[in-house]
Amino acid sequence: MIIAERKPLEQILAMLSPDQKIAVLGCGTCVTVCMAGGQKEAEELAALINIYRKKEKQPGSAEAFTIERQCEFEFIDQVAERLKSYDLILSLACGVGVQTMVERMPELLVIPGLNTKSMGYPVAQGVWVERCLGCGDCVLELTQGICPITRCAKSLLNGPCGGSAEGKCEIGKEVDCAWHLIHDRLARLGRLAILAAVQPPKDWSSSHHGGPRTIVREDVKIDRGE
Amino acid sequence: MIAGSKLEKVIAGGHFAVTGELGPPKSADLTQLRHHAEAMRRHVEAYNLTDNQTAIVRTSSIACGAVLIQMGLEPVIQMTVRDRNRICLQSDLLGAVALGAKNVLCLSGDHQKFGNEPAAKGVFDIDSMQLIKALKDMRDAGKFIGGEALEHPLEKVFIGAVENPFADPFAYRVDRLEKKINAGANFIQTQCIFDLERFKKWMELVRERGLHKRVAILGGVTPIKSLGAARYMKNNVSGITIPDELIARLQGAENKKAEGLKICIETIQQLKEIEGVAGVHIMAIAWEEVVPEIVERAGLYPRPPV
Repeated sequence: MIIAERKPLEQILAMLSPDQKIAVLGCGTCVTVCMAGGQKEAEELAALINIYRKKEKQPGSAEAFTIERQCEFEFIDQVAERLKSYDLILSLACGVGVQTMVERMPELLVIPGLNTKSMGYPVAQGVWVERCLGCGDCVLELTQGICPITRCAKSLLNGPCGGSAEGKCEIGKEVDCAWHLIHDRLARLGRLAILAAVQPPKDWSSSHHGGPRTIVREDVKIDRGE
Repeated sequence: MIAGSKLEKVIAGGHFAVTGELGPPKSADLTQLRHHAEAMRRHVEAYNLTDNQTAIVRTSSIACGAVLIQMGLEPVIQMTVRDRNRICLQSDLLGAVALGAKNVLCLSGDHQKFGNEPAAKGVFDIDSMQLIKALKDMRDAGKFIGGEALEHPLEKVFIGAVENPFADPFAYRVDRLEKKINAGANFIQTQCIFDLERFKKWMELVRERGLHKRVAILGGVTPIKSLGAARYMKNNVSGITIPDELIARLQGAENKKAEGLKICIETIQQLKEIEGVAGVHIMAIAWEEVVPEIVERAGLYPRPPV
């Protein structure tokens, strides 16, 4: 899922004008699960903004509500009229949600309340880890399920660099060396020989470096008879 | 003979090679770099010029290499994959060769978080293994990574790589060396050797596979200037391990500098005795002036004429 984190309150407050009527719009999918932008967090943030406004004697107000997904037109459309009644939408969706909102309703002012961090999963309560960079050309077959593009700080494809020590990455003792993990896993599976081949340079054109990526699938398109 | 560099000739002649290291400055004033280079002119075959080492912005290794060439000295141009994509790396290699460089050393590069621009975007378009292969293909097959041919054959370069016998997983460190040789490495520089026992163990594995016959291995050494420096390297420099005994030995010494020097010289003397070690790479970081003394006291002076 997509993992996000709320921006610092001071930063959010700095983006607001004193008299704006604001909708703090939660998103009911990924960011709800990672406890950054669901209904609960939207309500909390709206309350914090209202407390601040009261203290600063500002006329504006903030209200919280949530839609299932800000990254799909159909859910945005369901609340379109309500959204138009606000001066500003403080979106607690990921960066995709914010942009989908703007594309669907260009007349709205939408700002992000979250920093979108990564694609990953909760490894323990309150701990989310990154596992995929969306490089567009998956190499997990080579490394038996551990992604060096995401988890190696240098995205190496040919084994650990000289900074790998006692299973940890040179960037910090709290970071596992991805290639150490891969090496151990392949050793256990009896597949270390895979690492002997020099992997060629990766084709980054399938990643963001090729520009924004679009997938078009004719087989699932709805034929509108045009 | 591949490139016919002085370094390659000394190695090919069966002599124990000596290289030094020069760190370009955080300015465009190369006076001190020239001075250090001049001071070890008769003591080393070639000079490594580091490439923004520890991710700190410095004068480029190629520019400094060109200055050394003007001085009639031989550079080993370090190239990391941290700051440049494949377009720039290949272009810079062409530039380095055009300026007369005959030795190039390929590395990953310390992560940008260690340097003075920690907010920098790390490039890592290709890795060090792929850089070795790319240089070899440019040199031997006359082809760029993308497959296009060079317009003219490249002047030959002696391709170097690094290996760190002190990094983990230990078993993989020999596999990785072999992989680098297969990718095209002609010579190898190791990370600073303080843990000789571990280095010897690594060399044993290297010899078991006959890898020392396929590549020239230069052992890396660093004279330790102070106890603080030793502790700093032990705890803060990625890829370096310093055994506690060595720290204790320095601690017990009255004159730390003299002891640090002695340890370095002893290490070189031991390296000379290890089968398969083709030379030494002296990294006297911020202590360059001591290199001639190390070379002389280690019994490596005068250098063989080539």
